[in-house]
Amino acid sequence: MTDNINTVREPLIRIAKRGDIKRGKAVMLYTFSVLFAIVIGGIFISFIGVNPFRFYTEVFLGCFKSRIYFFGLIRTIMPLLITSIGISFAFKMKFWNIGAEGQFIIGAVCATAVGLFLADSLSHWLLITLMFVAGAVGGGVYGLITAVFKVQFGTNETLLTLMFNYIALYIVQYLTKVDGFRVEGSRPGIKVFSANAWLDQIGGIDITIIFCIVIVFAAFVYFRFTKHGYEVMIVGESQNTARYAGMNVKKIVLRTMFLSAAIIGVAGMFQASGSATGHQLTVGITGGVGWTAIIVAWLAKLNPFGILAVSVLMGILKKGSEVANSSLGVSTAVSDILQSIILFSVLAFDFFINYRVIIKPNKFTKNIKIALNKLGKNFKRCRPISADGTEIAVNNAYTDIEAKSYSVLLEDNLTVNNDNPSETQEEEK
Amino acid sequence: MNTIINFLFSAIKFGTPLMLGTTGEIVTEKSGSLNLGIEGMMAMGAIIGYIVAARANDLFLGILCAFLFAAFGALIFAFLTVTLQANQNVTGLALTIFGVGLYKFIGQSLMVSGKYPAMKTALSNMIAEKPLPLLGDIPYVGKLLFSHSIFVYLAVLICVMFWIYLKYTKTGLKVRSLGENPAAADASGVNVNFMKYIHIIMGGGICGIGGLYLALVVNAGGWNDYWINGFGWISIALVIFASWSPMKAIFGSIIFGMFKALQIRSGDLAHEFPKVLGWLQSIPADFYQMLPFVVTALVLIISSMRKKKEGAQPAWCGVNYYREDR
Amino acid sequence: MTVNYKETAIEIKGITKTFGEVIANNNIYFTVKRGEILALLGENGSGKTTLMNMLSGIYKPDKGSIFVNGKEIIIHSPEDSKRFGIGMVHQHFKLIDIFSAADNIWIGVKEKKYALKEKLKSISVSEKNKLEAFFVKGGKVVAEFGKYFIAKIPSLFLTRSRYKRIKEVSAKYGFEINPKKKVYDMAVSEKQTVEIVKVLYYGADILVLDEPTAVLTVQEIRKLFEVMRKMREKGCAIVIITHKLNEVLEISDRVTILRKGECVGTVNTKDTSVSELTELMVGRKIELSIEHPECEKGEALLSVNNLTVINSEKVKALDGVSFNINEGEIVGIAGVSGSGQRELCEAVAGLQKIEKGEIQYRNENITGKTPRQIIDLGISMSFIPEDRLGMGLAASYDLVDNMMLKSYRKAKGIFVDRKSAAKLASSVVKRLDVVTPNIYTPVRKLSGGNVQKVLLGREIDGNPHLIITAYPVRGLDINSSYTIYNVLNEQKKNGVGVLFIGEDLDVMLELCDRIIVLCHGRITGGVNAKEANKEELGYLMTNDLTEDKGGKANDGQH
Repeated sequence: MTDNINTVREPLIRIAKRGDIKRGKAVMLYTFSVLFAIVIGGIFISFIGVNPFRFYTEVFLGCFKSRIYFFGLIRTIMPLLITSIGISFAFKMKFWNIGAEGQFIIGAVCATAVGLFLADSLSHWLLITLMFVAGAVGGGVYGLITAVFKVQFGTNETLLTLMFNYIALYIVQYLTKVDGFRVEGSRPGIKVFSANAWLDQIGGIDITIIFCIVIVFAAFVYFRFTKHGYEVMIVGESQNTARYAGMNVKKIVLRTMFLSAAIIGVAGMFQASGSATGHQLTVGITGGVGWTAIIVAWLAKLNPFGILAVSVLMGILKKGSEVANSSLGVSTAVSDILQSIILFSVLAFDFFINYRVIIKPNKFTKNIKIALNKLGKNFKRCRPISADGTEIAVNNAYTDIEAKSYSVLLEDNLTVNNDNPSETQEEEK
Repeated sequence: MNTIINFLFSAIKFGTPLMLGTTGEIVTEKSGSLNLGIEGMMAMGAIIGYIVAARANDLFLGILCAFLFAAFGALIFAFLTVTLQANQNVTGLALTIFGVGLYKFIGQSLMVSGKYPAMKTALSNMIAEKPLPLLGDIPYVGKLLFSHSIFVYLAVLICVMFWIYLKYTKTGLKVRSLGENPAAADASGVNVNFMKYIHIIMGGGICGIGGLYLALVVNAGGWNDYWINGFGWISIALVIFASWSPMKAIFGSIIFGMFKALQIRSGDLAHEFPKVLGWLQSIPADFYQMLPFVVTALVLIISSMRKKKEGAQPAWCGVNYYREDR
Repeated sequence: MTVNYKETAIEIKGITKTFGEVIANNNIYFTVKRGEILALLGENGSGKTTLMNMLSGIYKPDKGSIFVNGKEIIIHSPEDSKRFGIGMVHQHFKLIDIFSAADNIWIGVKEKKYALKEKLKSISVSEKNKLEAFFVKGGKVVAEFGKYFIAKIPSLFLTRSRYKRIKEVSAKYGFEINPKKKVYDMAVSEKQTVEIVKVLYYGADILVLDEPTAVLTVQEIRKLFEVMRKMREKGCAIVIITHKLNEVLEISDRVTILRKGECVGTVNTKDTSVSELTELMVGRKIELSIEHPECEKGEALLSVNNLTVINSEKVKALDGVSFNINEGEIVGIAGVSGSGQRELCEAVAGLQKIEKGEIQYRNENITGKTPRQIIDLGISMSFIPEDRLGMGLAASYDLVDNMMLKSYRKAKGIFVDRKSAAKLASSVVKRLDVVTPNIYTPVRKLSGGNVQKVLLGREIDGNPHLIITAYPVRGLDINSSYTIYNVLNEQKKNGVGVLFIGEDLDVMLELCDRIIVLCHGRITGGVNAKEANKEELGYLMTNDLTEDKGGKANDGQH
């Protein structure tokens, strides 16, 4: 029965779960993955006949060329940042809220209703505050509905929040034709707010920026220091642990989802009332922020300051691609492509955080080993893997080369197993 | 009578891309992966398939390219989730953003440079909605069922083929076992990763054909930013409506096609039957556009309320399988 | 196949397997011969299942080699293992619930290869004329291809014949299964039968059964043993994993004993005895010298009355359990794992729905109360669950965050009090010698013993009156285990009642005051630890009430 089977055949590559990875190494790995994505993006760009170096210069520096571009950049980042922070609340407890687009829109719609109908009867600050509250409650309730079904029946929240995105989109599209909201004239559209409902500005930038700074710190404090934040963390980690600790899981999920959606709704209110859209609710008010925010939150590993950094990066990509559009004629959609390539790349590199790739020694790997050792000597930082307690390869027959290490991070990751030191030395002589 | 026939005809017309998208996703989910990237894969298949079809003036080549490029998107998904164990939700969303981004990018670039190909008569004749010989002459039924674009028959054929494949073949049995319990399939000697790859890729490719249909038949090749416009997402939800059966997907798609058809035909219907359906006209068009999403949301909620063992989501759908996990 | 008795079926040489830092198998040597039943004996966590999973292709060994029929092989996947004729019946059945029995078997069935190549080669042509011969040969080739495809088509589809074929094969081995029955409608023993028929259908002649008797009744066990003997006569090699000594003696020819991942010996069944096996399995009886302070028994603390629980798998996990715990005593619960210990703990802690019965804490009825309500009643009860990282702690968070898991609500205002949590963390680290880089290390990075110390440290900080611990020393080294015992004794001296769920009977006899034995969710006896011995407990653990009913015939066999 077993006669015609080649019985002894070692696999070339095998994969094992990794215990832990050092923080520095992880950061290196992620940085590298972003660079990798940018290189892939560059290849893509050159593929369509544009010099990738010029393109990237345009993208990364274009926003800083002039005051207008820079302000545009800030305007791009602000809603993205707030929405990402909002999403991170839900994601922290592993509630896959991808309904940010819808919650953003409904927040904006509720704020607009207040802004249009109460504009003349209230003082400026009272009006802005009321719009703020309307945006928060509107977005929050819209998100809460999905959460109720989730905790009550276990409805798939990913798809449900998604459907709510489109429902919200058509609600706002409908409003462009409704009297009271509708702009005078034949073309559909929603009225511009009267100046009373405009956001104030600081040095040409909407006061949204203050909220941005506040929300980043508030989110940090909420998760790090408050009881509620603590509960969210535990529920996200393990619902069993949460129940063990006497937490009311359902209540926490509902409360957090409301908060998440409320923050997103506020982002919608700021966007409608701010200068980015000309103080007006439009059908395309989100500009795809709800989608990008998912990428941002995920890339930042839900850390508020990380979200700040990543949303700046994504903002630069987006605004920069607009600059590149005007100067090089490259379509603005390139920013979407770059964003998703970065996300793909980081998702792929996550693998090396959690798993080790063990390559069977053969001629090729042996040569690489020797070359690496030589290189390593030059760097004077070559160390055998056994020096690193966590990475002792149990099987001497295997060489433990972490796939990422030998090609890229030569300096830091020379994790080569010297199981045949004599041989290696001979080669070097 | 003609109004009703026209209405149902449109329902089938608009249901076809859903049919393909849903079948593609069913194949993917049955093999144990939840690919949220249907919208993206449809977009990739649509734009590239269209350009090739229009340039080469060849429908078959277009379908092939639509299939291959959407399959390429699915391959990215398969590599990340099956081999690299990445989160399926996030990977799927990334794929959507990537696919739609690519679609807009290619379309916009070609429009700007003026190289966007227009559909030639030979191609539009190939996909035209014309009656089949003999069958098309049957009164009413001929117009309703046998006067469609060749694509529609192709879609139904694909659905039926996959229905038979999943339900009545041995390989289909293996595929279903992957979605239900990959560990059991693995222990019985099924090559889990290989089978997952094949079916994710195949499912993605089918979605790509759905995208091409949207490009060629629904939008007649005219460029705009929203060829796909949520069809991919509805497909994912339709999978639940069809309870993971490609056969039911055909009917589900036609029902959802009706919502789309109401957008353009509600006026006719109201005009024809003022007493019964007169109210249709008073509803704004935006609500008709919203309708499929509202119904999908309701379907999601209702199907989560009743819990059944069979005809439910495969138990391991959306969960990565790593053999040595303890 | 001619049966050559005493021909080696499987030989394992120097197998080592590690999971992260845990060594599951260390340098194991092991052989099974044809025509014998080998028992693989060992306590929970001694690495039996891991070892067999390497044979079945689920795990890959880090080191060592496997020989089948005297040939060295490498098993990449379960498919390979299947090809080599190895079939494993897993303890947790690998069956698909919504499939019928036949379909479950059918997913792995390989059709016989149609010998197309051979047939093509064997085509001979008699015509002399070259051109004529070419056409005749071509025609024959086409015909062969045609036959091939026609033969192939039916094998592509699922036909009704599969039910018949599976029925036939199972009948051949003396099994009775209904091939059309869905797995979710089956009783446990039926599921097991399907698993066995499955591996037999795949042509396995080396069978590995992982704790097959754990879920069966006595009658079913006897039937299974008969089948095993029959297969032995047919020349199969059978490995049965178990920790039940009486079964080992009854069924096996040889016994290989594992302890803590290492192979401690192989003996012939007929030359051995229960005491020798016990000694090999649990180790030479070392002087445990666990402190056993005598304490004044206080008032009744917890009384459980006629408790019945149905668990998530819809199985009666506890059936009419009654006992009580007094202040200042340690009550042990012994039993084979899965006898309802987890459900008992969780029911008392308020995490498990109670079907019937009553739980009283002093004068308070806490039946059906949530953990929150129990805390709000002012009851300070500590529960150290079996699943430390998945229930007792939040694995990705650091020691400080974990310290306030149960007490975070007590802080004033909306903020958590990390300062006192950090203080507590430091004091726990100091007091229990927790080995950790610092108190800001995620607990999942700590070793098993240190995780347990963190958990225990937190739980005793609340000055509980009642401590429930489930397998508190599982996976811990000797030193950490002693730390745990000392802490529990200390608490006992303070008048705390302790419910100790354990698996090491020696330890329980030394540590506990009373031992209650659970078997299949029922209490089969309660003994005073001082007067009891291991044999007595072992008897109670395996001889439950259901067994007593049909047990007479069983006794007759010995």
